[in-house]
Amino acid sequence: MNNREETLIPKIGVITDVRIDTPDVKTFRVVTPDGKKAFEHKPGQCAMLSIPGVGEAMFSITSSPTNSEFMEFSIKKCGCVTEWLHEAEPGQQITIRGPYGNPFPVDDKFKGQDLLFVAGGIGLAPLRSVINYCRHYRENYGKIDIVYGSRSKDDLVDYQEILNEWMTDDNIFVHLTIDREQEGWDGHVGFVPNYVKELGFDTNKTVIICGPPIMIKFTLEGLCSLGFEKTQIYTTMELRMKCGVGKCGRCNIGSKYVCKDGPVFRCDQLEELPNEY
Amino acid sequence: MRKCSIQALDTVFETIAEAAVLYLPVDGDNGASYKKWEKGTVMSNALNTVRSPKDFFFPQSENLMEFRTSGKTIEVIDKREEKEDFVVFGVRACDVKSFDILDRVFLNEPCDSYYADRREHGTIVSMACTRPVETCFCQTFGIDASNPAGDLSCWKTETDVYFQANTEKGEKLLAAIAGVTEESDDTAVKAQQEKTREIMKKLPLADLTTEGFGAGKTAELFNAPEWKELSQSCLGCGTCTFVCPTCQCYDIKDFKTGKGVIRFRCWDSCMYSDFTKMAHGNPRLSQLERFRQRFMHKLVYYPENNDGVYSCVGCGRCLAKCPISMNIVKVMRTIGGKADE
Repeated sequence: MNNREETLIPKIGVITDVRIDTPDVKTFRVVTPDGKKAFEHKPGQCAMLSIPGVGEAMFSITSSPTNSEFMEFSIKKCGCVTEWLHEAEPGQQITIRGPYGNPFPVDDKFKGQDLLFVAGGIGLAPLRSVINYCRHYRENYGKIDIVYGSRSKDDLVDYQEILNEWMTDDNIFVHLTIDREQEGWDGHVGFVPNYVKELGFDTNKTVIICGPPIMIKFTLEGLCSLGFEKTQIYTTMELRMKCGVGKCGRCNIGSKYVCKDGPVFRCDQLEELPNEY
Repeated sequence: MRKCSIQALDTVFETIAEAAVLYLPVDGDNGASYKKWEKGTVMSNALNTVRSPKDFFFPQSENLMEFRTSGKTIEVIDKREEKEDFVVFGVRACDVKSFDILDRVFLNEPCDSYYADRREHGTIVSMACTRPVETCFCQTFGIDASNPAGDLSCWKTETDVYFQANTEKGEKLLAAIAGVTEESDDTAVKAQQEKTREIMKKLPLADLTTEGFGAGKTAELFNAPEWKELSQSCLGCGTCTFVCPTCQCYDIKDFKTGKGVIRFRCWDSCMYSDFTKMAHGNPRLSQLERFRQRFMHKLVYYPENNDGVYSCVGCGRCLAKCPISMNIVKVMRTIGGKADE
């Protein structure tokens, strides 16, 4: 018997709760069979989830590390593994391994900073971990702005938490937007990049951005036109992964592996890499 | 240094095989390949095996674990077993170097236990080249074909075989065959090396250099217009990656056995269209991007992450096997700015 630790061999996780967030996003609560967290993580890190016989895929951990009881994953249905997961019911076991990747620098660079989160659609999933971490250690951070947009009101992931917790917090400013007019929506209508420009933030903030590539691209342009530097802006990447530890060779952008050198990148560092993502 | 006569080599093999499984290159209908030694097995004199010896540590396919599922529950079964000791005899200098390159990937934290276990149980006995051919360019990467590394280095002359231990494992093996070998000076080895080095100097690829490549060259090379023409005829067959001793990309897949699920790992190729394909898109849509990835990885990205070491050993297998005769040498000559020479 080989006594070495092996990162590729996963633990068992149990789905204890499935929350329907949007027509194509569900949030899965996962613990070990004895009811504990599978492992500790930092905001922005990821985990490999799998269903034997279906496949294994990398997901950002949506819950904050400050949640001591369980982990949550907000997952959009768009491939084999995610489609299977969307059919799963509480009590279903899956496999889990991690944590993988570098977290957002919440305990150093972000400390004492005003933070601006910009998310589109399911792009809120990895940022939720950071937002709730910062809310937990609220005294460590300055003003927090959150710009979040999706196609429609029904596509806002975990709208309830946003309404009931984020929006009621002091000194947290949530700016929601949806792509098109919708009955029952009296908030902002329009795309995220334009909304960020309209809101016209002070440039003394650290920005954390995640969403569809096209949203990131135009939001970056908008932020730069407002006077933000790329050194102030962080994002998190996603590419196909198999191992999660920089060996299977497929998630690289230039010489950087998203799984181990990312997934969190500062935009000026990302800019130095080839445009192949 | 110790030596034995050519005739005594069979006894050497027999002695080694008493304590470990012995593999050596054997001639076959489709060229030489590594085979398990049995009494009477004749070692090939071929310059090299068709496939590289990376299989010994990173097999083309290997089972990683098993799962048993019942209802909503899953059981993970760790099927790793203690490996037996083995000796790979007759590895050429280029291929010996490839193990260092694979080590830097698989033994880097977190260590790949499947690979590490095989590496620990394997002893490499190298064999100096005497007849390098026109596809050889190991010297481009600082490898001396006449002076191979490995746990134990060997030189075969017309009459004798010479042994030099380089590691503890090599010392152990040399001690095991002490009864069939005798102390010797290195005069004959030196003479052979001299001759081989003379041949190396005259090879058509002797002037090939890594100039223009290495760490920090991404920005300069990534958008080079030459990639288009170089990649145009690439079929995306992946042969180059499969015969390459340093290509190490892998896939992990599940196989339903009927009783459970086997999760296995197998070689993959960055030349394949689905290598980076995700549910929501693919960052490398055309063969140009996939082709560029393979060579940028070997000549720029890998050195950037590994103290300047290139991920090519100049074994020449891809030169011999590519169906459209495209290869790393053409890439280096073109992109490295040596097209006119």
